[in-house]
Amino acid sequence: MARITLDHIRHAYGEKPKSEADYSLKEVHHEWNDGGAYALLGPSGCGKTTLLNIISGLLQPSEGRILFDGKDVTYLSTQQRNIAQVFQFPVIYDTMTVYDNLAFPLRNRGVAEPEVDRRVREILEMIDLSSWAKKTARGLTADQKQKISLGRGLVRNDVNAILFDEPLTVIDPHMKWVLRSQLKKLHRQFGFTMVYVTHDQTEALTFADKVVVMYDGQIVQIGTPAELFEKPKHTFVGYFIGSPGMNVLPASIDGSSIRIGEQTLDLDYKPQVAVGAKTELGIRPEFISLSRDGMPVSISKVEDIGRQKIVRAEFAGKPIAIVVPEDGEIPADPRVTFDPAAINIYADSWRVGREG
Amino acid sequence: MNKTWNNKAWFMVLPVLLLVAFSAVIPLMTVVNYSVQDTFGNNQFFWNGVGWFSDVLESDRFWQALGRNLLFSGIILAIEIPLGILIALNMPKKGLGVPFCLVLMALPLLIPWNVVGTIWQVFGRVDIGLLGRTLDALGISYNYVNNVFDAWMTLIVMDVWHWTSLVVLLCYAGLVSIPEAYYQAAKIDGASRWAVFRYIQLPKMKRVLLIAFLLRFMDSFMIYTEPFVITGGGPGNSTTFLSIDLVKMAIGQFDLGPAAAMSIIYFLIILLLSWIFYTVMTSSDEQA
Ligand SMILES: Nc1ncnc2c1ncn2[C@@H]1O[C@H](COP(=O)(O)OP(=O)(O)O)[C@@H](O)[C@H]1O
Ligand SMILES: [Mg+2]
Repeated sequence: MARITLDHIRHAYGEKPKSEADYSLKEVHHEWNDGGAYALLGPSGCGKTTLLNIISGLLQPSEGRILFDGKDVTYLSTQQRNIAQVFQFPVIYDTMTVYDNLAFPLRNRGVAEPEVDRRVREILEMIDLSSWAKKTARGLTADQKQKISLGRGLVRNDVNAILFDEPLTVIDPHMKWVLRSQLKKLHRQFGFTMVYVTHDQTEALTFADKVVVMYDGQIVQIGTPAELFEKPKHTFVGYFIGSPGMNVLPASIDGSSIRIGEQTLDLDYKPQVAVGAKTELGIRPEFISLSRDGMPVSISKVEDIGRQKIVRAEFAGKPIAIVVPEDGEIPADPRVTFDPAAINIYADSWRVGREG
Repeated sequence: MNKTWNNKAWFMVLPVLLLVAFSAVIPLMTVVNYSVQDTFGNNQFFWNGVGWFSDVLESDRFWQALGRNLLFSGIILAIEIPLGILIALNMPKKGLGVPFCLVLMALPLLIPWNVVGTIWQVFGRVDIGLLGRTLDALGISYNYVNNVFDAWMTLIVMDVWHWTSLVVLLCYAGLVSIPEAYYQAAKIDGASRWAVFRYIQLPKMKRVLLIAFLLRFMDSFMIYTEPFVITGGGPGNSTTFLSIDLVKMAIGQFDLGPAAAMSIIYFLIILLLSWIFYTVMTSSDEQA
């Protein structure tokens, strides 16, 4: 159980990084609160696994320091950091039994056998493999292997943190739900700091107190699910969170009025956008309303997804998505209005707040 | 599944069958033929039943040679397998060292048997050989021509030098196939160096080790050229292995019947031992 500080971490896999592009992690400066449950979200290749490996000590960062509760651990080994990590691709020791696989991390640390037995049985129960305890791990299916891999991470309950790297990818949806609630329970019980990498936004949003979004080797936003949804700091977060993602339209600012193509909207504040910066307006499909007045759009397609309809349309020459309730009507001469409170302005992809 | 059965497909196997028949089965059958017949010359043969077989099996000469073979194979396996694993574990996994080490390892394997024998024969000579002279200069008495222990040492060191690389290369191939994630997981699980070897590296090397073991066993059990070149079976009969004895019998004394019987026994022993090793080593695989 520890507060983990990443102090200006940068990492390049190559020997001598020359340009910014050589860094797989550009600059990560962040603190994980003790006992926090974080979801780490981001597209493939953005550096999530690299970041986890740096935290656990499998990888030495090229630059920067890592602190646990204020103590510098940058040069400590994985073993000394006392961290559990569950890998993206399940690793099992296939000459051992399922039981011995789970007991392995405990026995390596000299935990007394009765205690080993108690904890292993608990985990076996949790991952629903009790009846497989005495079987060799070799013949197991992919999802059973993943569960063992997960179990080996959870069996140690005195760890500083547990890092999960997409641990549930091949597990069926029901079991996923069960395991996720078990994880939450364990987290509450033992209070370890938890970082959970996932591709799946629903998983991230339901699971974590704080969601960390990474993009291209950087953390672009850290926030509650609501913050990520309402005020995406970076256009990428807008695209990535929410389905469909945020509409981002090229715009130009003049004081407090904003032009998109032929259309002009008035804001109740004056966004400060530097001269020459690429200006964009972001609005979520949920905050566009379709009716008989407002700005003209032409509808190209309507997708019915159950409780809602997604309308694909063209607005000021750009494709946009609009979410309409199931019973909402689609007028013959459609027009749209944007909820002014839901409009975000971006300069060079970063959000420009009301504040400044 | 809807498979079409076409028995004509068996004809496809015919060329291979013929080839194997000519290259293996027919020569083997001539040996079988000799082993059950006797002759007084003139190409006239008569039936001798299992006479030659019981002669061979009752002779001390045979059992002594067999004992020497088993001892030799046992010693070189006990050295080459662990040594090969040890070297493979310490070879670099990436970088410029890899091709360098691989070439270095492959070198002894490229040298023909009789050349290897000649190299060591000269190398060990007390009058002109580098090894012989050096040991002599160091005050260690060494002479493979008249000292049994020295003769054996020379053969063993030579075999280790010649063939450990094979074990190394096979083990190395097994080792590099282990994904990095296994080592990472082992670190997270706090595994010791020994546990990593025991539970990750050894299981991955098991198959190649089995192959290395069988190849080295069969090959060392049939050793002929090197002792023939270096010691000629001596001093006395101390390095007369089955193969050397067989050649003495068949070509030196022209005792075709006993030699044929001995060949067959020799062949069956190798087959039997290989089969035993294979079953023992793979059965632990299944129950584990
Ligand atoms: N061992 C490695 N050697 C070189 N480059 C790597 C290595 N591992 C990852 N990378 C690179 O670093 C970047 C981040 O990778 P990774 O952390 O695995 O991303 P993610 O887990 O988010 O998919 C990628 O561009 C990837 O190609
Ligand atoms: Mg990854």
